[in-house]
Amino acid sequence: MSEASMIGLLTAAVSFGALLYLAALGELISEKAGILNLGVEGMMAMGAVTGFMVALETENAWLALIVAMLVGALFALIHGLFTVVLGAEQVVSGLSLTILGLGLAAFVGKNAVGRPPGAVLAPVDWGGLSDIPWVGPILFSQSPIVYFAIFCGVVTSFVLTRTSTGLALRGAGESASTVDASGHSVVQLRLGAVAMGGALAGAAGAYLTLCLTPQWTEGVTAGRGWIAVALVIFGAWRPGRCAIGALLFGGLLALKTRLQTFGVDLSPILLSMIPYVLTIGVLIVISIRARNRPSSSPAALGQAYRREER
Amino acid sequence: MFKKWKLGVALFAIVGMLAAFGTGCGDDDDGGSSDVKAAFIYVGPPGDAGWTWAHDQGRSCAEEATGATTSYVESVPEGTADFANYARDFIDQGYGVIIGTSFGYMDDMLALADEYPDVVFDHVSGYKNNESNFGNTFGRMYEPRYLSGIVAGSATSSGKIGYVAAFPIPEVIRGINAFTLGVRSVAPEATVEVVWTSTWFDPAVEGDSAQALIDAGADVIAMHQDSTAAGERAEAAGVRWVSYNSDMSAFAPNAFLTAPVWDWCNRYTEIINQAAAGTYAGASWWGSMADGVVDLAPIADDVSGDIKDLVAEKKQAIEDGSFHPFSGPINAQDGSVLVAAGETMGDGDMLGMTTFVEGVIGSTG
Repeated sequence: MSEASMIGLLTAAVSFGALLYLAALGELISEKAGILNLGVEGMMAMGAVTGFMVALETENAWLALIVAMLVGALFALIHGLFTVVLGAEQVVSGLSLTILGLGLAAFVGKNAVGRPPGAVLAPVDWGGLSDIPWVGPILFSQSPIVYFAIFCGVVTSFVLTRTSTGLALRGAGESASTVDASGHSVVQLRLGAVAMGGALAGAAGAYLTLCLTPQWTEGVTAGRGWIAVALVIFGAWRPGRCAIGALLFGGLLALKTRLQTFGVDLSPILLSMIPYVLTIGVLIVISIRARNRPSSSPAALGQAYRREER
Repeated sequence: MFKKWKLGVALFAIVGMLAAFGTGCGDDDDGGSSDVKAAFIYVGPPGDAGWTWAHDQGRSCAEEATGATTSYVESVPEGTADFANYARDFIDQGYGVIIGTSFGYMDDMLALADEYPDVVFDHVSGYKNNESNFGNTFGRMYEPRYLSGIVAGSATSSGKIGYVAAFPIPEVIRGINAFTLGVRSVAPEATVEVVWTSTWFDPAVEGDSAQALIDAGADVIAMHQDSTAAGERAEAAGVRWVSYNSDMSAFAPNAFLTAPVWDWCNRYTEIINQAAAGTYAGASWWGSMADGVVDLAPIADDVSGDIKDLVAEKKQAIEDGSFHPFSGPINAQDGSVLVAAGETMGDGDMLGMTTFVEGVIGSTG
């Protein structure tokens, strides 16, 4: 394999990794507050279609990104309404959100299908940095959303571990009644986390239609939202570990087709299985480890909180 | 009280599913020229600029040509009860022709054809028929594929051409082989490297596969996929692109060279006319460029006049039968003889093609 191919692989790994990372980070924030949201795929689709359509109308890709995040957040709040305010089953509500999101996105985006993009988020020009061999193309020629993903990862990590809001948010996912007793509003914390998760999923969707494949068609998310859900488990609910996982999963996605150009004669069908096999493998490892030590998942994950009940 | 919310959630799910399968309707006709009502069941949205778009163009053109009433329903998944439900619904509304445009509808259509012997069922891309009211339709896409290979072969300077392909099935392998034979008719040393994506439609993977091939040195990208993502990568990288399904030049105006394309109008007109006349035979129909079902899109302006003349000449020769893309001598990828000199591959061998020709890099899985 040539140097160009190797650089291309790593560049694609970072670029796919950022896509998965944004969505996974959103899911991580939501789960840290105790709300499992399986609607990532639907929220991504909504972000993807609204981002693309706003770009078509306004030719402003940044505005498109912001609107996609807002739509993602609002859409996630449907899940918030059901699960946080009304205490509904989180798995059912999340799955419904995915189905609703995919369908609604297809419906809303009917007239945008097959149209050339109105605006795209062009790669950031880092000047001389982009010319550094290897590092330049891999790290300093990416679209702005990649740097946004890294920024979000750092901020999330900081807020969760170093601020009182982060502590309260984690508390809402570990022991909601304790947080409630300490004077915080569990509902507000959880709704905020769910909305934040939706915003980041929306950004991931917009990344698809504004950068990676600047077009809208049904099914453009192609199951990436589910990989993001798995990635949170893979990363043991830690932003840093999730980043490593995102690079790994992104790399596998890029490797799937590239292995063929490297002359490795593996069945393409086997190759496309790798990311899923790995996800299953990680789930197995995690559940075996959980026997010996306390689970790394938030203790109250998936549990509705109602003040009068215990 | 929880049950109520579960009900609410279920309602949301139902709304979502309804939205996913939106329907569209053709205009009513005064019915003077024909009383036939033909329904089309599509696997994707007509706005995909590709496969379904081409079928929908054919539908509206055939409607105009025959005066028949047509309707369609889009994005109907394969392997579910949806196809049969929509088909029955159309039949209840008096539709006498049902056309399904995806391979996976085949067995449903065969069963429905037995159940409704008075309704004509025509299936695009399958291989089954019942010799009465269920037939299949497809096109000899390898003919324009060969021509597009000539254009690609003239456009490469690195001698490396990339091909982003969905699945290693005979239809796709046949296309890659015909394309490669076209390429090597003008650039005998050029190679065509294949990357399998294992998906018909995943823009992110299709685009990235094109990027992988460009990274590996390809300066022309061809494809057998349903999205335009490969072309967008080619445009961004400054290399050339041979698209598929329809003229996709709007998506990558500088990269676009040409495209082997579908034109279903004549065939759909024929099916509707046969249904009206009661002559539909439920046979296998594999149409050619001469029949008009497949063609080559206009070639980019910067391609030389010599090459355009050569393509026109070969097109003429294919149409009048004096030339066949799979006429010998053709070697297989491993150097063994695939078609001996003086021989031409028959339809059966072409339909079951599982090996690459010489000049293709990659494995057939």
